[in-house]
Amino acid sequence: MIEAILGLQRFMLRLLSRVDAPLMLALSAIMAVSLLVQFSAGDDSMRAVFAQGARFLLGAVALLLLANTSPSNLRTWTPWVYFGTLSLMPLVFLFGSGRSANLWLDLGVFYLQPGELLKLSVPMMLAWYLNRQTLPPTWKTLFVSAAIVGIPVLLIVKQPDFGTGMLVLASGGFALFLAGLQWRRILIFVGTAAAAIPVGYQFLMPYQKDRINVFLNPESAPQGAGWNIIQSKIAIGSGGMTGKGWGQSTQASLDFLPEHTTDFAFSVFSEEWGWLGVLAVMLIYLFIISRSMWMAMNAKDSYSRLLAGTLALTFFIYIFVNGGMVAGLLPVVGVPMPLISYGGTSAVSLLAGFGLIMSAYSHRKYLAN
Amino acid sequence: MARAIKNPYFEADLFRRRGFLALLGVMALLGLLLFGYFSLQVLHYNQYLDQANSNRVKLKPTMPARGLIYDRNGMLLADNVSAYRLELTPERIDDIEATVKQLSALIEITADDMRRFERARISSRRFLPVTLKLRLSESEVARFAVNQFRFPGVEVVPYLTRRYVYDDMFAHVIGYVARLDEADLKAMGDERYAVLSHTGKTGIERAYEERLRGTIGYEEVETNARGRSLGVLKRHISEAGTDLRLAIDVNLQKATREAFGEMTGSAVAVDPQTGQILAMVSLPSFNANLFINGISTKDYVALSTDPSQPLFNRNVRGGTPPGSTIKPFVALAGLESGMRKPEDTVYSSGEFFIPGQRRGYRDSHRGGHGTVNLYSSISESVNTYYYKLAMDMGIEKFDAYMRRYGFGQPTGIDLIGEISGILPNPEWKQKRFKQPWYTGETVIAGIGQGYWVVTPLQLAQGVASLANGGRRIPLRLVRDTRTGLNQPWKPLPLPEASSIGATVDQLKAIQTGMEATMNTRRGTGWAIAQGAPYRIAGKTGTVQKISRKGNVSLDPKSLPLHLRHQALFIGYAPAEAPKIAVVVVVEHGGYGASSAGPIARKMMDAYLLPKSEKPAQVLGEVAATGGADD
Repeated sequence: MIEAILGLQRFMLRLLSRVDAPLMLALSAIMAVSLLVQFSAGDDSMRAVFAQGARFLLGAVALLLLANTSPSNLRTWTPWVYFGTLSLMPLVFLFGSGRSANLWLDLGVFYLQPGELLKLSVPMMLAWYLNRQTLPPTWKTLFVSAAIVGIPVLLIVKQPDFGTGMLVLASGGFALFLAGLQWRRILIFVGTAAAAIPVGYQFLMPYQKDRINVFLNPESAPQGAGWNIIQSKIAIGSGGMTGKGWGQSTQASLDFLPEHTTDFAFSVFSEEWGWLGVLAVMLIYLFIISRSMWMAMNAKDSYSRLLAGTLALTFFIYIFVNGGMVAGLLPVVGVPMPLISYGGTSAVSLLAGFGLIMSAYSHRKYLAN
Repeated sequence: MARAIKNPYFEADLFRRRGFLALLGVMALLGLLLFGYFSLQVLHYNQYLDQANSNRVKLKPTMPARGLIYDRNGMLLADNVSAYRLELTPERIDDIEATVKQLSALIEITADDMRRFERARISSRRFLPVTLKLRLSESEVARFAVNQFRFPGVEVVPYLTRRYVYDDMFAHVIGYVARLDEADLKAMGDERYAVLSHTGKTGIERAYEERLRGTIGYEEVETNARGRSLGVLKRHISEAGTDLRLAIDVNLQKATREAFGEMTGSAVAVDPQTGQILAMVSLPSFNANLFINGISTKDYVALSTDPSQPLFNRNVRGGTPPGSTIKPFVALAGLESGMRKPEDTVYSSGEFFIPGQRRGYRDSHRGGHGTVNLYSSISESVNTYYYKLAMDMGIEKFDAYMRRYGFGQPTGIDLIGEISGILPNPEWKQKRFKQPWYTGETVIAGIGQGYWVVTPLQLAQGVASLANGGRRIPLRLVRDTRTGLNQPWKPLPLPEASSIGATVDQLKAIQTGMEATMNTRRGTGWAIAQGAPYRIAGKTGTVQKISRKGNVSLDPKSLPLHLRHQALFIGYAPAEAPKIAVVVVVEHGGYGASSAGPIARKMMDAYLLPKSEKPAQVLGEVAATGGADD
């Protein structure tokens, strides 16, 4: 009996030994912030807190499992994972549900957002592919990489989920950058992308054009599309240096601020905790990214490095896009504040991503390439 | 294609360098983001805090009770009574038209009501109640109460409304309040006043609007994004309007009204020592209560098309040539200018000629009055004396004196819209008619005819200065104010009185002449003063606007106002210590000043005599036998 308990304990400790303590601590701090925000922003506070907590728990289990999975195994499974998640996408078009776009698959027990899974599987596939090529990548490597990233992005944007599509696209870019893409080629791509903006604008959905126009001039539609930005800026600005205090957000509790548990959750946090709160959260985020990047650098093969580094930088993009959007510094794109905004698939896939990063780091000693 | 050899060390190094670069980029962008938040939260903190507060806190005004109006003895003239109005909340009603239709079976809803309701509904948010009908009758309230369950979203709400206790008696003094319109709101310059719903439109109600209105209180109400109120954060109590106590005496006002009987015209009684207005009547009048909650189209058309113009305030906006009532003032000008002494005589032959002209200017007696001095010129109203005096004086000088006595300018009474009247002179005529001035016009100006226009108020102010020793006193309706039921009354500061310039002796001569008018057998007011236990000083006058021939039997009320004959009387009493000065103007077609004088007498009686001593009986006979005039 005692043996069994001790055995279980040893097993648990072994599982936990793969978890990076500093990173886990920082992630927990962010998750705690999320629960605080959900408690004060939600209309049905406790329910929101429990639901978010349950997702974190689920995400933590995923993190634990992935951290204990050896990168060599992961690498072997990667093509299967990639094509598996990619094949879920057409199902969305057939059976998807959602308010403004068909992003979710109703699995009976919970909703699954295949776009979220692609945020993991695309970097995995790209890392898998680049690992097999000599680096820095050649033109042929670039072309294949573009296909690996481009097909899922097109499908996601078609859903339409512009935000997720851009995040996946960005993760592709980061992978290539970390793989050592030559500066000259980077310049060519950036230049071409900049030139394509006016052309690309023509292909945007009307609501996306509206968002950009509203971003450029929110006062043009104070009751319409500009309302969200204006109210969010009021929420953030009125928080001041030290904030109104936990649970004292007037903008959210009086419903001036829309989507205050999801996309605009960080506005509520800024209103209640002020600039100092924002600074603290940003420093934690920075620690998470830096630690992840350091772990990536110390991974033992290109697959692990590229996967971990790409996930770390994509995590940053979430922060930058959402933080900039709610403060009116960037156009409104449906990107949540990572781990803080209310949302199931996102929380789980983000934590799973950190599981991958930890796996890359904790298995460094056993990997000889 | 030949595969290049993979170099793990090189790739790891490459990754490390790129990773550091990326981290630098992350830090830079996070710094930028933090600066963006710093700008919002620290640099522009106040701006956004204000916006958050104005988002959250809406001011909900609360209505103050309008100030009450009393007469000089504390009789309530205008008060606030509770009434009930019918309100609909559009958000809670599925089919408004059907609901209104069902309601109209219980409650009378006029087309006017519907029009106002539709207009208010458009400009109001759906969850705010909109008034369908004000001032429900008791039976309407009862009928609705029984059926209320059938009408979700419809409510009977109590509110305070104005009530004029004496209906039409003070319509031209107090005026009335009526529903606030867009223009009123604009003039007030604050949208929050919309809650008042009523504002003073005429009379005291308008002139003292700002005091009567009080201070609107407000509640700071926390509202959500849809404007629904969630609770009161702070209350600023509304302050009731200031109460006003008028100088008017209800009894005197009533007596004046009764003295007019069916006749139309106007009358003013003032305290000659203080300028306080004791009574002010303009007839016919109208029921001021009709206007408060929206007068019906039918009532309004009836009032506004009546040839007797009941809505017209004759004292403030009505003008008439003064006729012979101007003579005491002209006589005073003669004394002041040194052109006449009281005992200087003039011979009245019955007709006066300007040298070199053939047209004669007549006296009221066919054969003339014979030799008259200043005293008898007043008491017998001898035109020739004044023709000559005016001609000798010349229009410029004449005009200057008349202006000093207060004619040709507003008296400054505490009402809005007072006219200046017309003090005729060559410049005025040139401007108005583009014609030169003729001496004949100076001559008839001397007896208060021609272009002259005076208001009853100007005459009242004038006769008060004759009575009080030459002080031109501002006329005042409101005597004192108080800011609450438990507060003491505080007198309103009076504007300074000015001197008309005459000496005591000069005034004494005029007063003697006016006393002779009432107290000597040949005096034109002899009959009026009969039986009065106090001594009266006065002057009668008649103005004929169109020839009396053939019009004698004409009903005066069918004539337009400006063509009606006017019988005038000015006077004061007791002569030795004046307590009341009176001006009466009667519009009529057939009688002489006998109609105006007796009204003035009844007013003096009402004010000066204890109630039991009123010799009302005697007066009736006097009026019947009277007739000596001009």
